[in-house]
Amino acid sequence: MAAYECPVCNYVYDEATGAPREGFPAGTAWAAVPDDWCCPDCGVREKIDFEPKGT
Amino acid sequence: MTTRDIDRPQPAAAQQWRDRKRYLWLLGLVPPTAIFVATALVWAFGQLGWSAVAPVWWWIGPLLVYVILPILDRFFGPDGQNPPDEVMERLAADRYYRYCTYAYIPFQILSLVFACYLWSAQELGWLGLDGGLGLVSKIGLAISIGVMGGVGINTAHELGHKKEQLERRLSRIALAQTFYGHFYIEHNRGHHVRVSTPEDPASARFGESFWSFLPRSVWGGLKSSWHLEKTRLERLGKGPWTFRNDVLSAWLLSVALFTVLVVVFGPAVLPFLIIQAVYGFSLLESVNYLEHYGLLRRRTESGRYERCTPEHSWNSDHIVTNIFLYHLQRHSDHHANPTRRYQTLRSMDGAPNLPSGYASMVGLTYFPPLWRKVMDHRVLDHYDGDLSRVNIQPSKREKILARYGQTG
Repeated sequence: MAAYECPVCNYVYDEATGAPREGFPAGTAWAAVPDDWCCPDCGVREKIDFEPKGT
Repeated sequence: MTTRDIDRPQPAAAQQWRDRKRYLWLLGLVPPTAIFVATALVWAFGQLGWSAVAPVWWWIGPLLVYVILPILDRFFGPDGQNPPDEVMERLAADRYYRYCTYAYIPFQILSLVFACYLWSAQELGWLGLDGGLGLVSKIGLAISIGVMGGVGINTAHELGHKKEQLERRLSRIALAQTFYGHFYIEHNRGHHVRVSTPEDPASARFGESFWSFLPRSVWGGLKSSWHLEKTRLERLGKGPWTFRNDVLSAWLLSVALFTVLVVVFGPAVLPFLIIQAVYGFSLLESVNYLEHYGLLRRRTESGRYERCTPEHSWNSDHIVTNIFLYHLQRHSDHHANPTRRYQTLRSMDGAPNLPSGYASMVGLTYFPPLWRKVMDHRVLDHYDGDLSRVNIQPSKREKILARYGQTG
């Protein structure tokens, strides 16, 4: 399970916990998140801007 | 005077750095308490035998926005104090600053309830009046309460960008008065994504008057918020008609608030509640109008828009409006770092600047020829006269290109 971080506000999408409120239940792979999905906290960066977070 | 040349980093060592606005932020509570001050002034004027002019105080809200703040902005001028890097973390963690914004909301609710009492009271002898308020005073009071609601949208804006649940909830409560709960969704997830592009209803276009922007932004923002929530709920396998729809639940909060007020104070308060809400969100929309007027992000080779940079927002680092709008005028930094707390926002180099504070510019937006006289050349200067880089109102494109002798 990998995690990805928003480079602006440090929001982290962790595949293990997902983002249930956004419609991505725990375990949802990063690949299954649409490319145009924006950071839910800052709205500045989209999925493709997120950076892998060290495990 | 522009503010561009006074925002260099502060030389003082971080240890010695003091926020000189620390206690001034409490003045942000003037809008939600102004109506109590006005009431005291009406009473005092009555006692002094100046009853004829006393009702002017019911207009304290517009007096503040259109007269007092612009004069004070001129008088006190630019702010210029930027917190240095070393203190940012400490400054953001200092809870005092967030309590200054939380405190807005109880005062806002008290003022609204008190205004309903004043709109509905038949007898205000204790205020030195014969009978209740006259119609003109009631309308003035509605506009003043609308100012509080409009500035309250700015408070909600500060709170709604934060990650803490409490602050997000408070944001929604602050928006209930103006029926603008959908702003919390649209602003964070619509406007911040599409800012300074033709697709953003909340970014004004070059040549677009405030009066054509107003309905476009109000209706466009509403549609966008609904669409954003619908998309999110679809991913959850749900339709939009559910309490989990944040737009619907925010509107229900407004319906509940208005219903309680009408039940307690009678249907006579309803027209004034509507006036204050419409005026309140219109005030916010005039600020929306001036924040990005004419500015445009270019498309990159991949077809995406370039990232939002400091040059895509109009700034104005004037200290008086800075205090009343929680540094909203340091707008470039806000768009670069939307979750950053207001006390840590900085004036940025390379950002376009308005000639005066937002409060002074709001009045100007109502007069399109004046607005364009003041602003159009500033937009062109910003882009070195290149109209292809400007976000132009489509219906006026040909006329504008012809006027400036450019094609395409």
